[in-house]
Amino acid sequence: MHPILKLVAQRVSLGLVLLLAASALIFIGVELLPGDVAQSILGQSATETSLRNLREELGLNEPALTRYFNWLFAALQGDLGTALTNGQSISKAVGERLGNTLFLAFWAAIISVPLAIILGLIAVRYRNRWPDKLISGITLSTISLPEFVAGYLLMYLLTVQFRVFSPISTIYAGMSLGEKLSAIALPVMVLVLVVLAHMMRMTRAAILNVMQSAYIETAELKGLRPFVIIARHAFPNAVAPVVNVVMLNLAYLVVGVVVVEVVFVYPGMGQYLVDHVTKRDLPVVQACGLIFAAVYIGLNIMADVISILANPRLRHPK
Amino acid sequence: MSRIPVSAMIGLILTAAFFLTAIFANVIAPYGLNQTVGDVWETPFWSAEPSQYLLGTDNIGRDLLSRMIYGCQITIFLATAATIVSFATGSILGFTAAVLGGWVDQVMSRIVDLFMSLPSLILALVILSVMQVTLPVLVIVIGLLDSTRVYRLSRAVAVDIVVMDYVEAARLRGEGTRWIVLREILPNALSPLVAELGLRFIFAVLFISTLSFLGLGVQPPLADWGGMVKENKEGLVYGISAALVPAIAIAALAISVNLVADWILNRTTSLKGGRGA
Repeated sequence: MHPILKLVAQRVSLGLVLLLAASALIFIGVELLPGDVAQSILGQSATETSLRNLREELGLNEPALTRYFNWLFAALQGDLGTALTNGQSISKAVGERLGNTLFLAFWAAIISVPLAIILGLIAVRYRNRWPDKLISGITLSTISLPEFVAGYLLMYLLTVQFRVFSPISTIYAGMSLGEKLSAIALPVMVLVLVVLAHMMRMTRAAILNVMQSAYIETAELKGLRPFVIIARHAFPNAVAPVVNVVMLNLAYLVVGVVVVEVVFVYPGMGQYLVDHVTKRDLPVVQACGLIFAAVYIGLNIMADVISILANPRLRHPK
Repeated sequence: MSRIPVSAMIGLILTAAFFLTAIFANVIAPYGLNQTVGDVWETPFWSAEPSQYLLGTDNIGRDLLSRMIYGCQITIFLATAATIVSFATGSILGFTAAVLGGWVDQVMSRIVDLFMSLPSLILALVILSVMQVTLPVLVIVIGLLDSTRVYRLSRAVAVDIVVMDYVEAARLRGEGTRWIVLREILPNALSPLVAELGLRFIFAVLFISTLSFLGLGVQPPLADWGGMVKENKEGLVYGISAALVPAIAIAALAISVNLVADWILNRTTSLKGGRGA
């Protein structure tokens, strides 16, 4: 077997093991915590009989391990169970909302990735001069902003002070793409702001690392223009770390989405999760937790696989 | 140490101001935390017709300045407690893993890998959906979730120290694991850990604020800054800026601690090897 295939296969199977362990953590870990689901649904005043009936109804009397495997196999077949609060199928609700969330994350990624790389290149080109310092200063402050603070600041500026956008980003099935895009403009801006800083700083660090190589000095001594050196000589060799940075930040984006959705009342997975955590609707929380974990671990595996593929030393084994 | 850069100086002064406000909150605050003093959303001092309350009032007519001061106390208290939990568990487990090695190290490191492979916000939400949300639960959940990062750092630092001659000497004269961890490794690993302290503190502040904003952190009648953003967010659409005051305070605290942490990080990493000082 080609060594690179072997490495990739190893990484993917490690990811799958991790995902399995994560699903166990989300399901069994929650069971082990103090606190009784039946009690929290019915409240403190519940009678012993009604508690027992509810436990029976939810199947809480079976051993945790049995329920875990039943849950896992059902989830693999696309059945996430039913929500306690309204008795509806979780898979159906998740199906609609996951699309919305990915739509939001997709546009945020499309804008932030090229922007971060270009800003990173500019910062390296003018390093330690004012453009670099300006970009670094701004990104240092946006890193310190939690998503909801950035969200409300932008919302206040752009919907109240300058009435450019509408403060609530509701999207529904019948909307055209243009309408949808204008509805999500604000949340996308917030997400871009939040991931841009990390991505740009790490891109800058990755390219600066390459800039210390001897061949860069050669290129400088040949008299090439600084931007050509960075774009043609430094950047191709920094692609692996940069791709890694980008993937890690996309994974982060998936989490940032949770808070941003709540801020803008956007009908996605994050809002669904937070709503049902408040209602203590455990099946929904576990299902959402599993999906977020799967996306997050999936993106991390992709980051590793891409950096394996991008490494020429591994492509041409001795 | 002779010259502190301007940015770090600003950070230090602001951080000190926030901590002093937190410590003396009960003395400074003009009104009580839950004392209703005026009408709903009275105007702050920068509006056209300022009311008698410096920052105005909140969504049920409580003095926003007093609430901000008490909120500062709760936010900083919780974040500090969570940071202490995460450093105590993370560093001691990390050092122990490095000293003992073998399967103890393997088991602990794989468990930490598992926790770090999941986003901490999602994990916290899953945990808080079962547990009653109280202040000790919040501190422990945030502290333990964050201790995974401290564990990785302290293990990495300690692995380098364990092979030093003086640790060998301590082992040979028959000292136990406890002595080696606390008396040999801890003092020598302190400098990179201190630089990390600021970053972990900011993480705790942002995490607590985010949870409170989502309604899963500090519960009323207590309130931290994140919770105050949540209480006042409906007013924002009508041009009432009350929600922005706690939002900006969170950002200001995070930025000022960041400035200090950045400076310490630069100082410790610029010295060769990072732990010469």
